Amino acid sequence: MTTLAPSVSAIAPEGNTRRIAVRCRSVIKNYGVGNATVRALRGVDLDVFEGELLMLVGPSGCGKTTLISVIAGVLDRDEGDCQVYGKDFSALSSGQRTRFRGQTIGFVFQSFNLIPTLTIAENVSVPLLLNGVSRNAALKKAKDMLAVVGLGDRVNEAPNRLSGGQQQRVAISRALVHDPKLIVCDEPTSALDHETGHKVMELLRGVAMSGNRSLIVVTHDNRIFNFADRIAHMDDGVVDKVVGSAKDLYGPNMAAK
Amino acid sequence: MIRYALKMLFGDKARYLGILVGVAFAALLITQQGAIFVGLMERTYSFVSDTPQPDLWVVDPDLEHHSDSKPLVGQKLFRVRGVDGVEWATPMFKAFTKMRLPSGERRGCIVIGVDDNTLVGAPSNLASGAALDLRRADAVLVDEADVNGKLAVKTPDGKRPIRTGDVLELNDHRAIVAGTFKINPSFFWDPVIYTTYTRAISYTPSERKQLSFILVKVRQGQDIAAVADRIERTTGLKAYTESGFKKLTATFILEKTGILINFGIAVILGFGVGTAVAGQTFYNFTMDNLRHFGALKALGTPNKTILAMVLTQALVVGFIGYGLGVGGAAVFGSLIGGTSLAFSLPWQLLVITAGAILIISILAAALSIRKVLVLEPGVVFRG
Repeated sequence: MTTLAPSVSAIAPEGNTRRIAVRCRSVIKNYGVGNATVRALRGVDLDVFEGELLMLVGPSGCGKTTLISVIAGVLDRDEGDCQVYGKDFSALSSGQRTRFRGQTIGFVFQSFNLIPTLTIAENVSVPLLLNGVSRNAALKKAKDMLAVVGLGDRVNEAPNRLSGGQQQRVAISRALVHDPKLIVCDEPTSALDHETGHKVMELLRGVAMSGNRSLIVVTHDNRIFNFADRIAHMDDGVVDKVVGSAKDLYGPNMAAK
Repeated sequence: MIRYALKMLFGDKARYLGILVGVAFAALLITQQGAIFVGLMERTYSFVSDTPQPDLWVVDPDLEHHSDSKPLVGQKLFRVRGVDGVEWATPMFKAFTKMRLPSGERRGCIVIGVDDNTLVGAPSNLASGAALDLRRADAVLVDEADVNGKLAVKTPDGKRPIRTGDVLELNDHRAIVAGTFKINPSFFWDPVIYTTYTRAISYTPSERKQLSFILVKVRQGQDIAAVADRIERTTGLKAYTESGFKKLTATFILEKTGILINFGIAVILGFGVGTAVAGQTFYNFTMDNLRHFGALKALGTPNKTILAMVLTQALVVGFIGYGLGVGGAAVFGSLIGGTSLAFSLPWQLLVITAGAILIISILAAALSIRKVLVLEPGVVFRG
């Protein structure tokens, strides 16, 4: 039986002085209609602070992916309020939303989603091209970024020639190269072994957190909980608990499992 | 991003080749069948093409094509000569008749008689002899293409080519081969013989009306259409320009035979199969890349960029496929160049094929574009 520690607040308390990167209030999202309606989010309240690594955890189907999709502006909420750096995606036109997302948010996907026919440098350069950077400048910056993650000598290789961990480092480079303020990671270590997953998280913690960026990491992998500043636990479409560490969530014996 | 779209296309070699084969096949079939069709149609009016001297062909108003037999009375020639704006007008005779080869064989032929005095209408490209040789007694010119074939003379050792000096017999009249000419291949099978107008008439059974065409040159500075109109009003005959006369014949062939339908079916088949193969393969290619497009959308790629990427992929593969297909058709054309097969590749046919391939490319892209445009970028978060 897990021993639960007292949770910290999901939202900024009165008198909070930290800047808020993501602010969600009473966010509701349903899929389907009528009797087939699935209530994926039932009124989520959550704040993510600048310079914070927040992990979003919980059982499958609890609404984690739906919540980061709403936060990242790739899915419309049905009700409530959700702002990213003061911008409400639902108040933006489709073009403005796409542009804002391209400038403000970096993505790290579970299955990397690298385009196999492009070199890794070209993959990393995509967000820069979308932000109007010339191809040569974008490739140069992409190569510099790959050097930071330790892949500077493999910039012209195809992604499928790299190991899973290396591919995820490429994906992290792609997420960071255009210097976004918010990074959204969906199960970044689930396809990796323990050691590689640990290295990826070290990289995210060390490189991505620089510059006062915020990270939201959706994960099932309790081996990486220690990298979090806060852990938001979701169940049945709501954030039911936010804790400061893994041991607060599962107790001291479960934290390292 | 367009460059990356092309790398995505060329990088997936199996799909790329599949789409290319579909488009190239369609382009090949459309061009090749179209070129054979155009070649055959050009042959239907090759007789008119081989008689470039006149500005107008004056004929019976009911004439349906240039081989139709609706002769005019001889006086019509003089009436035409009297029309204002006519520089000169000469008679021409054309009819089917029978001839006897030196070896005694009989076969049908087309005899064409040109003006005895001016020889207007005589073939200009002579392989042996000269057009002026027609002025010699009983002289006829025969088609170079037939000397080894339809007009070859049987000998005890086999066959030999017909040659200058050989004597033919047409309607019980002597005809001496004075030379050979080269003309465009004809849609019609029978060998062609040129001689003078007077002699040609004697080579066919006698009829009251024997003037097949009146060839008219319009005086310099005169409007050809206006002169044609005057001829028609004055004589009650029909005056065609060269292109009009060709069109009359071609239209008759198209309407009275199934040639257009037969070739049309082949072209439509090529278009349909090409569209199906290219469309399906391109659709599969896009579906294979759907996750990548989803990721690109999540990363901030606008729909118009995605649209441009997919369209560019389709148009580039269409362009390359077009080049391969048309190139293949041209190679086919050059390979059959020395044979009797009809093949003509005018620029208009290349434009039509390009249009068809453009439609195939857009259709192929359209199948995929909707799927990509409605794709939620959130798909990339689903495992």
